Amino acid sequence: MPTFFEKKQLVTPGELLAEGDYLPGDNTYLEENKVYAQRIGLVDCENKRVNVVALRAFYVPKVGDLVIGAVIEVGFNGWTVDVKSPYTALLRASDVLSRPFKPQNDELSQVLSAGDLIVAKIASYDRAHDPQLTVSEPGLGKITRGQIMRVTPTKIPRVIGKKGSMISMIKQETNCQIILGLNGVILVTGKSPEDEELAITAIRKIEEESHTTGLTDRITQFLKEQKVKPEEKVE
Amino acid sequence: MNEKPEKLIDKKGLRLDGRKIDELRPLKLEVGVLPNADGSAYIEHGKNKILVGVFGPREMHPKHLSMADRMVIRCRYHMASFSVPERKSPAPSRREVELGKVIRESLEPSVFNDLYPRTGVDVFIEVLQADGGTRCASITAASLALADAGIPMRDLVVACAAGKVDDQVVLDLMDEEDKLGVADVPVAYMPSLNAITLLQMDGILTPEELEKAINMAMDGCKKIYAMQKEALKTKYMTVKEVEE
Repeated sequence: MPTFFEKKQLVTPGELLAEGDYLPGDNTYLEENKVYAQRIGLVDCENKRVNVVALRAFYVPKVGDLVIGAVIEVGFNGWTVDVKSPYTALLRASDVLSRPFKPQNDELSQVLSAGDLIVAKIASYDRAHDPQLTVSEPGLGKITRGQIMRVTPTKIPRVIGKKGSMISMIKQETNCQIILGLNGVILVTGKSPEDEELAITAIRKIEEESHTTGLTDRITQFLKEQKVKPEEKVE
Repeated sequence: MNEKPEKLIDKKGLRLDGRKIDELRPLKLEVGVLPNADGSAYIEHGKNKILVGVFGPREMHPKHLSMADRMVIRCRYHMASFSVPERKSPAPSRREVELGKVIRESLEPSVFNDLYPRTGVDVFIEVLQADGGTRCASITAASLALADAGIPMRDLVVACAAGKVDDQVVLDLMDEEDKLGVADVPVAYMPSLNAITLLQMDGILTPEELEKAINMAMDGCKKIYAMQKEALKTKYMTVKEVEE
């Protein structure tokens, strides 16, 4: 019952990964007792379960995920929200107003209009229905300031780092508030646009070098160097 | 155009462009060439030059075409008006609509289309220069573009043609051999699963010749498959090199 890969090897769809007593994990499938890759990515094996960390994928909604989306349409009793996924999400008016919604009293476009950005959580989603969002938790709702950037959704765990080490380091070094949408959209809010810009370049750097080791240390160093430079220019 | 050459294969067993009977045309593959598309690929197969862009999975428009239980693939095969010696009308012809369907059907078995119901994937194939065997080159490139878009797949699909020219079964027909030859057999194939997804035949062959042609095309496919995998990996290689 052999495996046909080395740890962290780059594989393409259809590549035979293991045969026999193995289970298909993420981005793999089982056929006739053989495990094949489904996507281009890096393989890993854990307790007989073969996983592929995809290098290219799109966001698939999951209940409880924090996402950042843009309102694309104001409807009769809610909003349609683009969450950069194959499915558009719905946000119900009663959820935002936190009281019964009466069409004759409330004008929805005054609360949120097309183009507004929101931080929300996925309240429900399954194969047959589009995802529904909720903003009835602290910290969720309309975004009023800050900068938005996008990364590939598969890279979000790398931006978070082990137990949040990477993201807390960036927050500390740049004095920015960062909200990571699991759909690959990131909101950076800082005291000055320069701080935000610095945090964005750092995250871009992580996206580009996401498969290297010791990345947290290098990003820390990079941020420290960058922080010194602007001060020199002022003098 | 010149007169018809007397023989398509000379005494030494070489073809018009100097290839042996079981030799492929030079091939170049590139992945991720269009930043605006979710996935893209470019192929140069002999004198064929084809660009493929993939968009999606995304919400289907018009909505009534979406399926409640699976992802729908739409495929547009189009030849640029400058792709052939005589200007081709840019309007979609009967042949192009048919090829779009044929290519779609040869790609469909390779994707897991039940994972994301109610969505659609659009595959746009633009033939910039044509020299025989565009459907095969299109399938090879479209499959790469789908993988580049991050769509889950059973295997990459490779396609290659074989045919009969001057009483001999040959691999990878070019335009002249296709037009003046006896038969043309395009085959699309998933090498890891050993499954054929497209098999067509234009012309007349004996059962023995057909079998020989299919086997020859499958061998050609395997050679292209190696290049296809290489092309896909090259795009992400830079990432890996840093790691080492």
